[in-house]
Amino acid sequence: MTISVNPLDTLNLPPDAGWHARLHHTMGNALIITRREVRDSFRDWRIIAPIVILTFLFPFLAQFVAGRFAEFVAGYGAEVVGERTIPFLLMIVGFFPISISLVIALETFVGEKERRSLEPLLSTPLSNTELYIGKTLAAMIPPLLSSLGGMAVYLISLVAGEVAWRPQPALVVQIVMLTIVQALVMVTGAVVVSSQTTSTRAANLLASFIVIPMTLLIQVESIVMFLAPDTDSPRGITALWAIIVGMVVAVILLLRLGNSIFNREELLGRTIDQLNLRSVLRNIWRMTRAVDNRGTPARNLREWYGGVFGAVKALGPAIWITAGVFVVAFVAGWAIGQAPEWQLNLPKDASMNQAATMLGRYTSIPTSTGTLLFIVWQNGRILLAALVLAIFTFGIAAVILTPTVYAVIGYLFSQVYIAGYNPTFLYAGLLTHGVIEIPVIVLAAAASFRLGAIITRPPKGMTVGQGWTLAVGQTVRIALGIVIPGLLLAAFIEAFITPRVVVAVLSGGGG
Amino acid sequence: MIEAYELTKVFDDFRAVDCVSLNVPRGSVVALLGPNGAGKTTTVRMLTSILAPTSGWAKVAGYSVVDQPEHVRASVGVLTEQHGLYERMKAIEYLDFFGRVYRMSAANRKRRSLELMERFGLTFALDKRLGDYSKGMKQKLALVRAMLHDPPVLLLDEPTSAMDPLSAKQVRDAILELQRGDRTFLITTHNLTEAQQIASKIAIIRSGRIVADGTFEQLARQFVGDPIMELRANRPMNGFVSEVTDLVTVVESGENWLRYRVAEPEQSNPVLLRRAAELGVEVVTLAPVSRTLEDVYLQVVKEDEGYGNDDQR
Repeated sequence: MTISVNPLDTLNLPPDAGWHARLHHTMGNALIITRREVRDSFRDWRIIAPIVILTFLFPFLAQFVAGRFAEFVAGYGAEVVGERTIPFLLMIVGFFPISISLVIALETFVGEKERRSLEPLLSTPLSNTELYIGKTLAAMIPPLLSSLGGMAVYLISLVAGEVAWRPQPALVVQIVMLTIVQALVMVTGAVVVSSQTTSTRAANLLASFIVIPMTLLIQVESIVMFLAPDTDSPRGITALWAIIVGMVVAVILLLRLGNSIFNREELLGRTIDQLNLRSVLRNIWRMTRAVDNRGTPARNLREWYGGVFGAVKALGPAIWITAGVFVVAFVAGWAIGQAPEWQLNLPKDASMNQAATMLGRYTSIPTSTGTLLFIVWQNGRILLAALVLAIFTFGIAAVILTPTVYAVIGYLFSQVYIAGYNPTFLYAGLLTHGVIEIPVIVLAAAASFRLGAIITRPPKGMTVGQGWTLAVGQTVRIALGIVIPGLLLAAFIEAFITPRVVVAVLSGGGG
Repeated sequence: MIEAYELTKVFDDFRAVDCVSLNVPRGSVVALLGPNGAGKTTTVRMLTSILAPTSGWAKVAGYSVVDQPEHVRASVGVLTEQHGLYERMKAIEYLDFFGRVYRMSAANRKRRSLELMERFGLTFALDKRLGDYSKGMKQKLALVRAMLHDPPVLLLDEPTSAMDPLSAKQVRDAILELQRGDRTFLITTHNLTEAQQIASKIAIIRSGRIVADGTFEQLARQFVGDPIMELRANRPMNGFVSEVTDLVTVVESGENWLRYRVAEPEQSNPVLLRRAAELGVEVVTLAPVSRTLEDVYLQVVKEDEGYGNDDQR
């Protein structure tokens, strides 16, 4: 046999190649996969048949239903219901075909794993990203084409048909955008599900975690389209724009998660067909006691505290992002307070004592000896809720929920300044214990943020599961070593010292 | 061409591969033997940069499996245990797809595909859907896929397991031909006869550890002792056995035959033959008693189990 091919030709991209060349190279390789998969899909009548039906028959049915329904409700004087059914059906015409993308995605990822045809592909020089993009596009293209085709057929039949009402162009754009991002969410979600299972059956069962939220979302969108006050606005429905933005964020996070999870190690070595809770808990406990990322157990409290500070260091940018969000929340609260319609209109000539009494109606700042545990509970439940929600929202909940309180504080500060009071008592009331409480809460929020976000990009050399287990261990370390003691100390100061400082300030100040 | 040093892979609490060190020189065939679950596939996956080692390092075709995974994968051809073909495709489309993945030109893809399909007797099935291929044909096609881009290193998992004897010989011949062309092979197999036939070196892996490593002769000597020779005379040897005990270790003897173990046959056998002549024993045949890789393998397993039991105790 002759030696005729240089296998390294495939990597002939020079190391100093620009982003354009790299993108071209990546997409070129990804499209090799896409072409094969799409061709393969189009050879399967079980995929072709529903696509054809949903593209060319269903839109006419929907148009017919829209016409009959509009006539029916018009008989009862509810023309508006009939009119709003038309864009709703446009959304449904678009949604049905993209639901097939979920099936194709599960088939192309898990099906290939199940048939063991994935490993030869993983043995090629294609990068994880190229494989991921190639397969994602392959799962999206046929159903999305069908979806857009179906919507086009529906709109054309609408224009050419007997129904006189025409949707706003912005609404049509919104529905098309929603369809695309929904397809992306389903496919990227399917990649996550697929990479963690070894059988189509298991993937189908897990797909309910995608189907249920999507179904709920469609219901919400339907309600918005029927009930939104700006349904006929030429700028589209505001709530739908908000949903589109939210979905784009979800797509970005899922793409990141998918890209990190779609690697050879995860695909061949991981499965959650059986959840070994005992092993998970054992690993978390190991990482909680550890002094480093390898799980080396601490021999004494001093060593363990070294591990706690190591965990804080590992938070890295999460701390700065969270602190930044807290500052933004405070400033936003302040800014909202400047708007006349949001101002409390406090009396301008109130004395400090009157002002404190007045503010006491609006704030929960304890000016008497509240119980220490009550204060800890107040802070603790917010942090706990943020932690739990962060796990399911890629960390976003931690940087939305926790800083909300600081938006309120910013707002209160603005009202005090607008009323022209001496704000010393507010500083005394907040900062006496806040010097401990605020950094502790920022730290806790940052740890929750990282815990949720780490699955979208696990530390180098770690799988998603390993990265998450490490982050849980580090979070527990931070909680036990800093957050809980910090909250207890801050609560003690807030309960027993802050009121005295505030009273002292109020006694010494004038109105 | 393949160098591995203390390569280790741990899945959660399970140590699948434990400090495996291997050296496969250019142009050689190394057979990696071991029972199911011994760590062969995990080792191959690490050498293909599909799995990242937990510790240790390896270089394949001069590239680090950790730092240059894409270079490694471009330099190897892999035959996986499950052939994993796309059954709705035709063979020619299938090879064309993989050729594209390896960035081969259209002309090269076609030429190599036809050349290899002919080499393995599959030309008649070029336009057949892969779903219609027999098991052996699928295995041969998977092998063609592994060889398509003419890689310097081939990692083959059970390359002939599903083949009939003729096809298996075709594959063995192809491997030896490529070896002469300086290609390097790491083959995992349960077929000990085949391994003995084609492997220049053998490594036996058990419970993730390499428990024996060397040429067949080295392993045979190490695990089943020095070679055994059999001498046959044309008539009873009357006392000849007692006359040679200072030269060789007699294992068994009969009226006109003798089996003995000898460390250096090249030196001892001529002396023994001279003594036989002096004593009037007419030798009909003197030949080594054949030892198989199976003997060696079983002995290795037996000894390793002994160590395992000792450890447990």
